[in-house]
Formats: sequence, C-alpha cells, structure tokens
Amino acid sequence: MTADISVRKNYLNRDYSIASWLTTIDHKRIAWLYLVSITAFFFFGGAAATLIRLELATPAGDVVETETYNRLFSLHGIVMVWFFLVPSIPATLGNFLIPLMIGARDVAFPRLNLLSWYLYVIGGTFTLAMAIAGGVDTGWTFYTPYSSLFANGQVVLAVVGVIVAGFSSILTGLNFIVTVHNMRAPGLHWTRLPLFVWANYATAIIMVLATPVLAITLLLIALERIFGIGIFDPKVGGDPVLFQHLFWFYSHPAVYIMILPGMGVVSEIITCFARKRIFGYDGMAFALLAIALIGFLVWGHHLFVAGESVYAGVIFSLLSFMVAVPSGIKVFNWAATLYKGSVSFETPMLYALGFVGLFTVGGLTGITVAATAVDVHVHDTYFVIAHFHYIMVGGMVMAYFGGLHFWWPKMTGRIYPDRWGRIAAITIFVGFNLTFFPQFVLGYLGMPRRYHTYPDEFQLLNVLSSAGAPVLAIGYLLPLVYLLYSLKWGPVAGPNPWDAKGLEWQTPSPPPEHNFDRLPVVTQEPYAYGLPKRDSDAARS
Amino acid sequence: MAGMDAVSDTPLLPQASTLAERVDALFFTLVGVDVVMVLVLSGLIVGFAVHYRRGARVNRTTDAPETKTEIVWSLGLLAVFLAIFVWAAHLYVEEASPPNNALEIHAIGKQWMWKFQHQNGRREINELHVPLGVPVKVVLATQDVIHSFFVPAFRVKQDLVPGRFRTVWFTPSRIGRYHLFCAEYCGLDHSRMRGRVIVMEPAEYEAWLADVSAEPSPAQGEKLFSSLGCIACHGAGSKVAAPPLAGIFGKPVPLKGGRTVIADETYIRDSILTPEKQVVAGYEPIMPSFAGRVNESDLTRLIAYIKSLSGEEGRP
Repeated sequence: MTADISVRKNYLNRDYSIASWLTTIDHKRIAWLYLVSITAFFFFGGAAATLIRLELATPAGDVVETETYNRLFSLHGIVMVWFFLVPSIPATLGNFLIPLMIGARDVAFPRLNLLSWYLYVIGGTFTLAMAIAGGVDTGWTFYTPYSSLFANGQVVLAVVGVIVAGFSSILTGLNFIVTVHNMRAPGLHWTRLPLFVWANYATAIIMVLATPVLAITLLLIALERIFGIGIFDPKVGGDPVLFQHLFWFYSHPAVYIMILPGMGVVSEIITCFARKRIFGYDGMAFALLAIALIGFLVWGHHLFVAGESVYAGVIFSLLSFMVAVPSGIKVFNWAATLYKGSVSFETPMLYALGFVGLFTVGGLTGITVAATAVDVHVHDTYFVIAHFHYIMVGGMVMAYFGGLHFWWPKMTGRIYPDRWGRIAAITIFVGFNLTFFPQFVLGYLGMPRRYHTYPDEFQLLNVLSSAGAPVLAIGYLLPLVYLLYSLKWGPVAGPNPWDAKGLEWQTPSPPPEHNFDRLPVVTQEPYAYGLPKRDSDAARS
Repeated sequence: MAGMDAVSDTPLLPQASTLAERVDALFFTLVGVDVVMVLVLSGLIVGFAVHYRRGARVNRTTDAPETKTEIVWSLGLLAVFLAIFVWAAHLYVEEASPPNNALEIHAIGKQWMWKFQHQNGRREINELHVPLGVPVKVVLATQDVIHSFFVPAFRVKQDLVPGRFRTVWFTPSRIGRYHLFCAEYCGLDHSRMRGRVIVMEPAEYEAWLADVSAEPSPAQGEKLFSSLGCIACHGAGSKVAAPPLAGIFGKPVPLKGGRTVIADETYIRDSILTPEKQVVAGYEPIMPSFAGRVNESDLTRLIAYIKSLSGEEGRP
C-alpha cells in the first residue's frame, strides 16, 4: 500500500477512463491516440502489400483478380502515404516530444491538437468505408482522366478521406510552428533547438503550405466526376497534365514531410549513442530548411515523359540535383558525428545506422532518376518503386522505429528487452533489402510498375523480392510483441536511461501531466555530450 | 498472355537502339558513382563506429574544422551532381528532337491495345515493325486515358496524353523482337497492354510493308472462323445458343449485369481471349477462351471478318 501512495501522478496514471483519453487535450495522450491509430493503418496497408508480393511471385495473375490487384496497390498507397507516413513521426513522437524538448507545458493550441486527431480519424473512416465499399483502382496518385472520367470505384469517398486527413496535417503543422515560435523555455535560443524540433518545424512549414493544394486538386477531381466540369478533361477544354502538376506540387514536398522528421530522429539518436555533439549543428539545421524550401521547386521531375516541355524538364532536373546537396551534407555529417565518439549499439542506434545506410541508397538512386535521360528509361518502372521505398520505408520507417525505441522509456516509463529490439532491427534491415533491392534490377530491365501480370523473364527477381516480404513482416511484428510486453513486465526506466542531454530527459518517465515541475532554464547547446565531461553538465542536473 | 510475350532469343535487356548504348553509359557511370559513394560512406560509418566503439582505448580529442569540412564536401557533391546533370540533359534534349528525315509512324493507344499505321496505310495491332538503322518517329495519340509507350530495349518512353500529339523517336540498331509495354497505369488490363516491336532489315521491312496479302482480309478471317470452330456456335443455323455476329460491329451490345458496350475491335478481341468477362445479356457464359490458340495477326483477321459482316471495309 505504501508503494501505491509513493507512485507519482503522471500523464498516464492520472485517469484511466476511456472518456479521459477521447477528450484529452494533453499532447502526450494525443500522441498515443495517433500511435494506436497509425499502427492499425500500418498493418492494414502492410496486409495489402503482402497480398501484392504474393501475387507477384508468379508471372500470371493467379492469386487475385486483376481488378482486386489494382485495388490492392491503390489501397496500399493511399493508406501508407496519408494514414501512416505523413502523420507517423510528427503526430506521434513530434506531438509527444516537441513541448518536452522546448520546455513547454503543451503545444500552443491543445484543443486544435485534439481536433487534428479527430479529423485524422474521420478521414480514416472515409478510407475504410471506401475500402469496404469496394475500393478504388486509381493508384494513390489519382491521375486524370482515368480517375475523373473512367474509374468505377469509390473515387469520391477516397478523395474526401484524403482531404479530411489533409486538414489534420495542416492543423498539426500550424500548431507546431506557433509552438516552436512562442513557447520555448527561457534561454532556448533558435541555435540551441534540438534538430528533432528543427526537423518537425521544417516539416510543419511544408504541411501548412503544400497540403491545401492537395485538397484543392482532389476537390477538382470530385467536381469533375460529379458535375462534369472541364478542369482536366480535354474534351471540354481541360488538361490532364495540369492535374499532375497540381498533384506533385503537393506530393513532392510531401515526400519531404515523410523524411525530414526521420532525419531529426536520427540526429538525436546518433549524438546520444556516440556520446558526441552533432557534427555541424548550423549546417544540419540549415540543410533541413533548405530541403523544405527547395523541395517546393522540384515537382516537375515526375513529368519528364508526361508532356511538360523539354526546357521545363531540364530546369526541374537541375533543381532536383540542388535539393540533393543538403541531403548529402546531412549524411556526411552523421558519419562525421561518429568520428572520435564513444559508440554503443543499443536498439535505437541500430535503427539509426540502418537509416543512414538505406537513406543513402535511396538518395543516390534519387540522383539517378533526377538525371533526365536515365529517368526516361526507368520512370514508372520498379526502379522508381525501389527508390522511393528506400526513402520511405528504409528511411522514414526505420527512423520511426528507432525513435519509438529511443523514447519508449520516456513515454511509458519502462524498458523493453534490448536483445529482442536488436534482433528486430536486424531482421527489418535484412528483410527490407531482400524485398526492395531486386526491384532496382527489375526496373532497369524494364518491368513497369502497377503490373498484375508480367513477362516470364522477370520472375526470378520477383520471387527474391517476394521472399523478402515475410522476413520484413516478421521484423515489423516483433516490436508489437515485445513493446506491449514491456508495458507490464519491463523494468522501470527512470528519467534518463540513455544518459541523454535533451530537456525531455530532465523530467520523470512517464512525465507528469504538465511536463515539468519547475520551468526549465536552458544554458547550453542541445548536444552537450562533451568528452571529457563539461562543468555545465553538473550545473544542469 | 505472358507466354506469348516471351522474347527468348534475346538477352534480358538488349541494346537495340543507337540511344540505348548512350543511356547505358550514363546509367552505369551513375551506378559506379553510387557504389563508390555507398562504399565510402558505409566505410566511414562502420569504420568510425567500430574504431570508436565504447570502451575502445583510442584518442578522442578532436578539433575538426566543421564549416570548412562541410563546404568541401558540399562543393564536391555539387560538382559531381552538375556533371551528371549536364550529361543527362544533353541526351534528354537530343531525345526530344527527332531528325527531319525520320520515318513517321502513327500510333494510337486505347484501353488496352496499341494500334499502328505505317506511311502507306498498312496497319497493325500490338505489333510494330520497324526497319534497322533508320530513324523512326512515332506520333502518339490516345483515344481514352493516359498511356505510355515504353520500349526498354530502346530506352525510350513517352506518355500518350489525351487531347495532344506526342512524339517519340529512335534508331533501331539490332534485329529482333522486343517488348512494348504500357508504362502508365491505364485501368483494368494495364499489365496486358503489351506488344512487340519487330526490327527488320530495311529491305525486309519494305517487302513487309508492300505485302498486302498479309493485311488482315475478311476472307482469311472467314477461313479462321470455320477452322477454329467459331462457326459451330456463331454460324447461321447453329443449335447452340450463341449471339449472332452479323451487323453487330460498332453497335451497342447489352451485357449481363446491365452494362452496355460498343462492339469495337477491343470488345471483339476481349470476347475471343476472355469471353467470360463480358457476357452478352441473355446468353450463358459457355464460350471457351481462345487465348494462346490465336495470335495477334489471326485476331486482326477475325476482327476484319466480323467487321465485314456489318458491311464495313475489311481492315481493322
């Protein structure tokens, strides 16, 4: 009994009722609401991917009907992009950590934050309804005039779902921007901001500026389908390529929504497990903003063979090479951060190192597809599929898992079994490469994407890829088991199990409802992993 | 279908156009750059991680000049990237400008087939015959959605955009039969919208072009109609309940399930290859598939015959 009394009140144990969760305006609880919902969508989208890989194990269409196959890859794309990747790190770890990292009680607009989650759920409900009503076969890209005039599926339900979820990400972005500007603790200058916060700040800018264009574009599709307005239909004066410009004006920056937060996570993890300051803090923060801004000017590289002018193609190619430079700086700086560090290899670090390797491959093959003449050949083939999965899955999902493992003790107050964590990280790395590396070769050989059946000579590489999928699936299921196990049986973590330097580690785990008992005052840079120890470390605790 | 498309006499990805070698030269240079970069970076990461692992007794005092190092590798990357950009853009601009003397062939994409028409009017479906060593310009149009003309062996690809004419050009440099794919998702049978490009000696091409007997004629179609046994069910006086074919071409056909389709080339083609998919209202789905039993040329002949039953000219 005495133990019970001595247990501190924290954000988790203050109230266990379901109502307290569904009406919470605590950013930490909202992070959990998102975590549970995006996990469900992750496995839903993953199930679609599993069926796709099963079908592609043989050249003939023998597992599912062609129509089913087309609906599966569309569902996989829509769910994974808008209901997992876009909200993944910002809405879970970002929501949980940004106020903690800047020494604030909550985000600037806690009610708006809860509204964001409800919008996400409503958008998700539309998407589930769309899937139950038969789905769509447009691909996640909804290209016109197929989507507006030809497709038979639930296109309107699908775009409404995406539009609503889009507003959720606009509001999250808005919340983050205002929070970071106005709510930093005394002494936390911009130059002392953790890179995770910088990364989410850069992401928030893209969310706020690009997502409205997506909403407008998809609304135009719905209007064209329902009222026959000639926006994209050439028969009534429209232009189908206009859709591609509008769509990629959002969706290319959205690729950076899906990678910048991962870069932030990895910067936190590598500094902590190398016990070293980040190499080139200013350059790292500047690179995040540069990627976010230049990222708005490269959308035309999706249209090299789609009917944009040759000159536009050349300019967009040049800009695409430009946006790769800051990404290159980041990779080199992560490597340089390890130099003269004191490196250890716990689970989060394995994910972070895996991220750097896979992101490098994804980035370099991005250079390959930015090279116009080569893109003409590999565009719309499996080369592109492999390339963006190296960024989205090899990059963002690895970073998300790394972050989840790094901050799990903070979020739950418990430690998971590190051995199982490492096994899962290595399984995911191996399974990922087995699944996606053969697809580079397939694409170069000419296998087009979105093919239900394919010529016999592509089978060997497809079988390799399909063989990787179950390994990857096991890798993703393992954390579900041992993380849940740790909630009840994991050892108590204490405030700072990794001996990390961020403000979030200066408060108990799990944190109290209002994050800090006393207003923190920041007196030093974010990554004061000095070797030897600095005086300021002692002063701080 | 997959079996019909197999191209067994060629390597996995032949270089069959003058462009192919040059794209490959750039591509494999890029692969080389990628491999070097991956080796250098993973070497640095693994090397540092192992050398400076916790507990190792190594010198950890550092005063690395951060900004200077960053500037050096940014400029290095920029230089490499600009070189790749210029090389690729040079090729891309050339790909966009066909020579004036190029042989012009017209192509139409529709869900889910390719139709070509040569300069003397000869037409073909899902096959494209081209002469070796002669620049060929294909003018692309689409009847419905966006498609994409993709011949991997030539390293060319160009989308077909509704409401516009697009062009793609190449100079075939190797005799053989190569895949033609639709690369832009175009609906249900996107993955079956495949064809073949056949590169022939110029003299052979001229002979092929002039050979009107190879043109699908209603008479040849009629022969196939009886030899394949179509006549047993669709012929006049047949006891089997099969829809009559006289006069149907170009007319709306009510389907089981309430939909209606126009009996055009695609519909007839589909009805021969996948009869169970679009069954005429009021009939049982008893027709067997002829996929694998009739090739593309036979299909065009059968279509020509069925067209002639509606008093149309016997050309697809």
